[in-house]
Order: sequence, then structure tokens, then C-alpha cells
Amino acid sequence: MTSPTIEYGLIAPLLVLLGGAVCAVLVEALVPRTRRFGVQFGLAVIAQLIALTLVCAGWSVTPGVAVMGGLSIDGPTRIVWSLLLVFGLGATLLYGERRVSGGTSAFAAQAHTVPGSRAEHEAIAARQENTEVFVLLELSLFGMLVFPAANDLLTMFVALEILSLPLYVMCSLARRRRLLSQEAALKYFLLGAMSSALFLFGAALLYGFSGSFQFADIDAGITLGIESQTLLMAGLALTSIGVLFKIGAVPFHSWVPDVYTGAPTPVTAFMAVCTKLAAFGGLLRLLFVALGGARWDWQLVLAVIAVLTMVFGAVVGLAQNDVKRLLAYSSIAHAGFILVAVVGAMAGDALGEGLTGSVSGVMFYLAGYGLATMGAFAVLTMVRRSGGEATGFDAWAGLGRREPVLGAIMTLFLLSMAGIPLTGGFVGKLVAFVAGWQGGYAWLVVVAIVMSLVTAGFYFRLVKIMYFDEPDASVDVVKAGTPTWVVIIVGAVGTLVLGLAPGSVLDLFTSAAGFLR
Amino acid sequence: MTLLETLTPVAATGSLSIAWLLIAIPLAVAGILLVVGRAGDAWGHLLGAAAPVAAFVIALVEFVELLGAPPAERAVSVPVYTWAETADRTIEISLLVDPLSILFALLVTGVGSLIFIYSIGYMVEDPKRRRFFAFLNIFLGAMLTLVLADNYIMLFIGWEGVGLASYLLIGFWQERTSAALAAKKAFLTNKVGDLGLLCASFAMFALFGSVSFADVNAAAPDMSHGWATALGLLLLLAACGKSAQVPLQVWLLDAMEGPTPVSALIHAATMVTAGVYLVVRSQAIFTLSDEAALAVAVVGLCSIFAGAWIGCAKDDIKKVLAGSTMSQIGYMMLAAGLGPAGVAFAIFHLLTHGMFKANMFLGAGAVMHGMGDDTDMRHFGALAKGMPWVFGTFAMGYLAIIGCPFFAGYYSKDHIINAAFGRGPVFGWLAIVGAAITAFYMTRLMMMTFFGPSRHLPGVHPHRPGPVMVIPLVILAIGSIIGGLVLNGWIQGWLSDAIGAEVEPVHIFETSAIAWITLLAVACGIVLGVLIYRRPIAQETPVSRNFFVNAGRNELYANAFNEAVFMRPGQRLCDGLELTDRYVVDGAVNGGVTLAKGASGLLRLLQNGYVRTYGALMTCGAVIVGAVMILGRLA
Repeated sequence: MTSPTIEYGLIAPLLVLLGGAVCAVLVEALVPRTRRFGVQFGLAVIAQLIALTLVCAGWSVTPGVAVMGGLSIDGPTRIVWSLLLVFGLGATLLYGERRVSGGTSAFAAQAHTVPGSRAEHEAIAARQENTEVFVLLELSLFGMLVFPAANDLLTMFVALEILSLPLYVMCSLARRRRLLSQEAALKYFLLGAMSSALFLFGAALLYGFSGSFQFADIDAGITLGIESQTLLMAGLALTSIGVLFKIGAVPFHSWVPDVYTGAPTPVTAFMAVCTKLAAFGGLLRLLFVALGGARWDWQLVLAVIAVLTMVFGAVVGLAQNDVKRLLAYSSIAHAGFILVAVVGAMAGDALGEGLTGSVSGVMFYLAGYGLATMGAFAVLTMVRRSGGEATGFDAWAGLGRREPVLGAIMTLFLLSMAGIPLTGGFVGKLVAFVAGWQGGYAWLVVVAIVMSLVTAGFYFRLVKIMYFDEPDASVDVVKAGTPTWVVIIVGAVGTLVLGLAPGSVLDLFTSAAGFLR
Repeated sequence: MTLLETLTPVAATGSLSIAWLLIAIPLAVAGILLVVGRAGDAWGHLLGAAAPVAAFVIALVEFVELLGAPPAERAVSVPVYTWAETADRTIEISLLVDPLSILFALLVTGVGSLIFIYSIGYMVEDPKRRRFFAFLNIFLGAMLTLVLADNYIMLFIGWEGVGLASYLLIGFWQERTSAALAAKKAFLTNKVGDLGLLCASFAMFALFGSVSFADVNAAAPDMSHGWATALGLLLLLAACGKSAQVPLQVWLLDAMEGPTPVSALIHAATMVTAGVYLVVRSQAIFTLSDEAALAVAVVGLCSIFAGAWIGCAKDDIKKVLAGSTMSQIGYMMLAAGLGPAGVAFAIFHLLTHGMFKANMFLGAGAVMHGMGDDTDMRHFGALAKGMPWVFGTFAMGYLAIIGCPFFAGYYSKDHIINAAFGRGPVFGWLAIVGAAITAFYMTRLMMMTFFGPSRHLPGVHPHRPGPVMVIPLVILAIGSIIGGLVLNGWIQGWLSDAIGAEVEPVHIFETSAIAWITLLAVACGIVLGVLIYRRPIAQETPVSRNFFVNAGRNELYANAFNEAVFMRPGQRLCDGLELTDRYVVDGAVNGGVTLAKGASGLLRLLQNGYVRTYGALMTCGAVIVGAVMILGRLA
């Protein structure tokens, strides 16, 4: 038995983030309650900033497999890590915002108190703050970083659990409408457990097929043409379902609307962007690296799922009258659009100069989607009625006229999500659909374009409501603190930059799109 | 034979690389003026008038730099912004500064500066003066985009921009129904022409895979004769719309509803000549198709006479000048349709016309200003004494437009007539007749406005304009006098240095038979005008039975024709479509929406909030995934 080796240099960002989380646990125990929120917030931001710096510095280091073949630190990993840490910082800022709700965070004062009980009232009266969310955020983010880098099925499963469990807890922590929040968390947990079970079962079957959890061995097994195709297909189906659940693809999407609505808005923003990023990163690695040889099997299945996802997200989104729920359905539709690029399964370098492959298509789309979505959720936290968030369409009437700057920025986010040119969303759709088209799925691209027109219908409906309907006097647009504005402005500027000068980012993504086994 | 604009542009250096500022400054100023709101009322006009001056200085510096450059390096490409870069296609925005576009830039910013300054005085009492200057700057930015574009799409953006600015400015006094309607009419008529430009751009992209001037010119010789004719006619349609040439001339007279500086800048000196610019820019296409070039020349001739006819009949001083603009642009079109022999003269006439027509329009504005905004010449008379400075400067414009020897128009028009004889005697003779009529109606205008007894309406006391209006008039008058002399010997060389074509010799005073005949014809026109309009003139327009007079007064019945042929059938078509829309299309759409909403409602049933349903759905999903996989294997 050889002693394990660990490449500390390659996985330094992971260690920093985990170290930050551990320190945060100590902070919980040692720092006085009154100062804890600020310390936790600062610690989380600093830990992520250091990790982000390390990732950026690591771009020039030769890719390599680390921790005894458990993690693969290659180009796609670095892309996902960079994006995850950027958006993780954004979510952290939203977590730390206390000005919008009159000096309290968006989280329950004491999570263990029964909603409506005297203990809860006491906790609120004592102005207690839940600071454990920062620990949970860092732990979940750590899982998200490991997930797309995992190079074998077991690491992948463990990462899936690490990223999921804190999420379940965070979903239950809303300060207002706590029952809804707790119900959402329970649903998410139950369905998440089911999908984890499916993934684990699939992993076992793939082990049965190839005799190894290593992606490279599974790929070798497929290439060699091992007889037991049933095991391969069942394993492929079940592991994919496990990841597709996290992505929110139809028919594994049922949790998305309920959980997005019930969870505190900063958590929703974190889930909508970061979970999706990590899950797509993991899906790409699973399908391209481990199961690339069986692409004729999964391409068709994913195409069908993509169609279902796009149609469901777009059509049901039309009937929504609540902004938070609308964003939930829109995130389902976006998952479908991104799957188009995955289905294409084109490697960038195989296409020649100037064309981007599936990996950079997916990543660019996610970058544009993440900027607009996180920004939109940040705006969402500012529209309030008697203290709580007002998410109904009626509350948003006339917002663009009352708050021209905020209205214009929100319109920009919506235009980007609708895929209007000169925004990041447009370029993202373009590169994603081109990847699907190049992969021979022209019909799928046609469906995607039609469905993006349908989604434009509900985004424009919100724009219309914001500008042409009479304002509701009972709704306040509260003053937000710096953290929220940083998220909004970075989102707006990023959306424009990705739309106006996508070249350098696309080049970077395309040049780093090669997987390492 | 090498042609205009077949030079491959070289990369920009030095001051040329800041050419984008020409466009950016006016647009930025327009943005500032519109955004600051009333806070800028006190200084908005000054900032607004500073923009063209700054742009003019930049244009002048670049012009000097081009003068110093060797002829082969006078076409300069100025990259501004790369939007997307891929292996087989780069989408890039860049400007083209070459001998042609820099002349235009100088004209637009130079004449523009004077007119902007004049407007400070002209609009002094208007509460919306700041907005007026914002719109003027939008126009300036768009016009410079148009002339500095290096491809047809960017040209089109500028083309639409000037159309928008023209719309905003014609309808500037939107509280007047007539102004609002005139603006709408100009916009709609222009759209017909814009269709031609769009279709031409699409066709070029399909044929050559590019819409940049350099690529189109390089690839043009390989295209079929039919395509060349089609492209030429489409571009001509566009030019007709923007330059108010027959048959899309109807909007120009109504456009005089706008403030007079607008008429001077946009509807006389610069925007309306954009059509000529387009035809000259696209010479590579027109030389390939004789038919298209002939069509240009014929349109030019028709417009010469249509404009002159209207100019003879109208009593409104601005409309007479508008008719004369149409007619003079007709000369430019004629020249542009004569092929390489005429192109340089088209631009020459365009430049001199820009000066003397702006001069006269501003003069007319000064007259109106002094006469209580009256434009009817039957109420003028005897103003030579009342407004000596205006009269003096206007007279210089008059002498220039009729082609009095040594004045600006003399040289440019004479060259065009000469070149027209080169195409065929019919063209030449008609051009001479046109010159005679021009002399007649301009003499009529002078007689009715400045000479004879006073016919002023009671209560009107002509007052003299202030220096801020007179100084631009004087500068433009000087341009009207010496502009021709200065440019005469030089412009052919400037435009052809780059092209290596032969320069025809020119003289200070032409002594050929054609030149003498032209002078004689002009003299006849003047004498006839003086003799007729020396007689007393009624204050009211007398009823006439003469067909020619009535046709001229009614703008050749073009409006009636358009109403009968396009508007009424169009309205009926709309009515029919509306019914179809209401009962057939709406029915289908509403049905579709109901269907989608129904589907949406059904799908929402699945979203019932019960985890057990969700779990079941996931299980079903897993089964579906398995089934699709198995089906995929079987297929």
C-alpha cells in the first residue's frame, strides 16, 4: 500500500475555503454575539477573496490530477472555480446585507425556535442574529468547488452531499414566513435524498460495469466494449438523474419553484447561480470524461430532457404573477437552454479557430445568466411592503417610473435573460446554441430559439408592468446598503461587458476547455 | 479606368486616429443637453453651438494632414471598436477618412457651425431652445456617421439618424398641426427610400459577403450586369428619398415648416445632399450599369425642372428656395449620373450649393424674423432699404445660384452643363434651359422681396437682425463669392489624385460656345424676371386659370397623386386588414393563448406542493429516461 500524496499547491483554494469555514465555527464559539455577524461576514468575504486570488494565480500552473486521482484540476475546473467564487462572493454580500430589512439580516433570529412561539419573539426582541449561515455558505461552497473537480464517482458523491446538506439547512432559515421556508427545506431535503440515492445506485452500477470508480477506468471500459451494456446504461441514467436534479431539469425540477420561493432570497440567489454552476460543471465532467464513449446513448436522452425543460419553464413561466416564482421558472428554462450546448458535445478545438465548444458555451452562458440572476435577486430584496419582500407583480407596478435607475438596471437584467443583443445573455445563448448546432442537433436549436421567444414574453411582461402600470403606494423601495449595490452594479456592468466585449472571456474559456482525466 | 474610392484604405495615424471624436462630440453634447433638463437652459445653446466648432477644428486638422499625405495614402481607415472577432468574420466598426468624406465633414461642420451660431439669435425667444440645440447635435452626429462610415450598414445607421433628426426638427413646433403632419410626411416618404438602401445592403451582403465600401468596390466588377442594374436602381431609390428627387420629392416643401436654420442646414446644405453622396460613393456600381447611371441622370433632369417649376409658382419664400434646392440637387444628380466625367463636379456643385443656399436660407430667415414670421413674398417688397445687410448677403447668394461669372455657382454649374453635353446634346440643352429658369425664378424672388414698393401688412415693421445672425450671413456670402474660384482648379485634382483619372483643364472665365450660350440663357431669365415683376404685385395670390401656374402652386399635383394612388387604397387595405386581424388573426392568437394558458394550468396541477407527487414525478422521469435510452439503442 502506497502512502497517499496530496498536491497542496493545486488544491490550495479548497483548503483556504475549508480553513475559513473551520475558523468560522470557532468564531461562533469564541466571538461575542454582538460582534459575531460582522466578523463572520468579513471572514467569509476574506476567505473567498483569498481562494479566488489563488485560483486566478493558478491559471498559469500546469493542470494536474491531485489527491491520488480524486480531483482533476484542469481548465474547466478552474473556470468553474473562478465563476463559483465570484458568485459566491456575490451571495455572501447579499447574506451580509442588513439595511434593507431595517437592520436585521434575511435570516431567522434563532432557527430552532418554533415559528410564532414566545421563544421566537424573545429572540427577535433581543435582536439576535443567525450567524451560522456564513459557515453553512462556506461549507456548501466548498462542496460546490469539489463537485466539478471530482475525478471519481465517490468523490463526486461526497461532494454532492457536502454541497447539499448546508443548502437544506439554509433554505429553512427565512426570517419571515418561516413555515413556508421550513416546508421548502423539508421538501428539498426529501427529494434531494431521493436523488442522492439514485446517484449512489448509479455509481454502484457503473462500478459493476467497469470495476472502478475512476472516470478514466469507466471510459476505458466503454472504449474496450465490455459486454454488460445494461449495467452501463442503467448506471449512466441514474447518475445523470442525480445531477440533473440539482440542475433543475424537467422532470426532476418539482422542487425548484417551491424551494426558490420559500428560501430566503439571498439563499435563493446562491442556489440559482452557484448550485447550477457546480452541477453543470459536474455534469459536463461526468458525461464528457467518464461517459464520453457512450455519448450516442445520453445525447438523445438529454435532448429530450432539454426540450421538456425549455418548454415547461417557458410555458408555465407565462402564467406566473410573482417575481420570485417567475425567476424560478426562468431558471428552469435556462437550464434547458444550457442543456442544448451539453447535448452538442462538441470539443472546442475540434471545431477550428473561432468556434467555441460545448464547455465554453455552457460556462459563458452560466456567467451571463449568473450576473443577471444574482443582480435580479438583489433588486428583489429592495422592493418591500410593510417590512417584508413584495414579490407580486402588482407590487412591482410602476417601479421603473418611481426608481428610474433601479428600474433601468432590472430591465437590463431581464433583457439579458431574454437574450437581447448587446447583453451577456445574448452572447451566451449564441455560443450555447452554436455548440448544439455544430453537434448536429439543429432541431433542438430551433426549439430553443422558439422557446427563448416565449420566455421573452414573460420578461417583457414584467418590464411592461414596471413602466406602464400605475405604482402601488403601499410598496416601498428601500435604501440598500453597499453590499447589495455592489452586487447590482457588478451584475449590470458585467452583463454589459459580456455583451459588448465578449471576446477575451470567450477566448479564455475556449482555451481552457480541455478536460484532464 | 480607375475609379473613385477604389483605394485600399491605410491605417490611421496621428490626428486621423481621433476621427471618431467628430461623431462623439456632437452626440455627447446632445446627450448632455437632453439629460440635464431645464438646468441647462441658461447655457445649453452655447454648449450646443460649441460642438460643431470643435468638430470643425478637428476636421480641419485632419484635412490638412490629408493634404500633406501622398495621394495614394489619402484614404485612411480609423478603427473604432471590434465587437466580435472570429476566424472567418470580424465584426468591426471603423471610419473611413478619405478625400470625399473629409470634404463632406468640412462642409457639415463648417456650414453647421455658422448655422448653429445663427440659431442662437434666431431661436432666442423660443422656450425650447436647449432642446433645439440637442436635436441639431443629434443631426450633426448622425450626419458625420453617415459620411465617415466605411460600410453601407453604418452609413445606413447615420442615414436613419439624420432622418430621425430631420423628423424631430421639422416637427419642432409640434403644437402646430401642419408641422406635425409635415414631419410625419417627411419621415414616411424617407422610409420608402430607406427600403431601397436596406435592400441594396442585403443584396451586397449576399453577393459579396461584405458591405464595406472597399470590399464592395473590389468585388463589384465580377457581378452580373443585371445585379449591377438592380443595385444601382435600389441605391437610386434611396437617394431619391433622402435628396427629395422625383418621384419622392413631396416631403421637402412641407419640411419648410421647421425652424429656418433647420431648413438651411438639413434641408438645403447637408442632409438632402446625402443622396448625391451615396451615388458618388457607389460609383463602382453605377459604372457597371449604363442603365442605372442613365436613370440617375434622368431623375436629376426631371428634378431640375420639377423644382424650377414649383419655384416659379410659389409665393412662400421658403418654398421657392426649397424648390430651388430640389432643382440644384437635380444638377448634382445629373452630374453623378454622367459617370467619372461628372462625379467631381457633382461634389463641387454640392459644396458651392451648400454655401450659397445656406446663405440664402439664413437670409430668408432673417427676413421672416423681421417681418413677424411671415413668409409670403406678396407681403414683402422694398426690403433692400429696410435690411441692407440681409439684402447685400442675399444678393451674393443670388448671383452665385444663377451662375453669374466669377461667383461660386458659375463654375460648378458650367462644368456640369459641359459634362452633360458629353453625354448627349439633349442633356446639355435641357441643363441650359434649367439654368435659364433658375435665373428667372430667383430674379422673381429678389424682385418680390427686396425691390418695388412696400406691400407690408399693417403693423409689421421690418427690423434688422443682430450681429449674431449677420456675421454668419457675411461669412457665407463671402463663401458664395469666392467658393467657386477657390475650389475650381483644385477639386478635380483632389478627388482624382487618389484615382489617377485625367483632370480636365479649367479657366477662370470659360470662352467656349457652350459657356456663352449658358450666359445668354441666364441673362434672358433675368431680364424676363425683371420685366414681369417690375409691375405691381397684388397682396393676395390672384386666381389663375393657367394650368402651368396651378400645377406649380400645387406642387405638380404630387400630393393629390399620392393620395389617390397610395393613401386611399392603402387606407382601404388597412381597413380590410384590420377586419382580418380582428376576426381571423386575433381569433387564432387568442385561441393559441388560451391553449397555452390551459396547458400552463394543467402543468401547474403537477406543482401541487405535495412531496409525494414530486417524488412520483421523479420516478416517472427516471422511467422515461430509461425508456428513451432503450428506444435510442433500438433505433
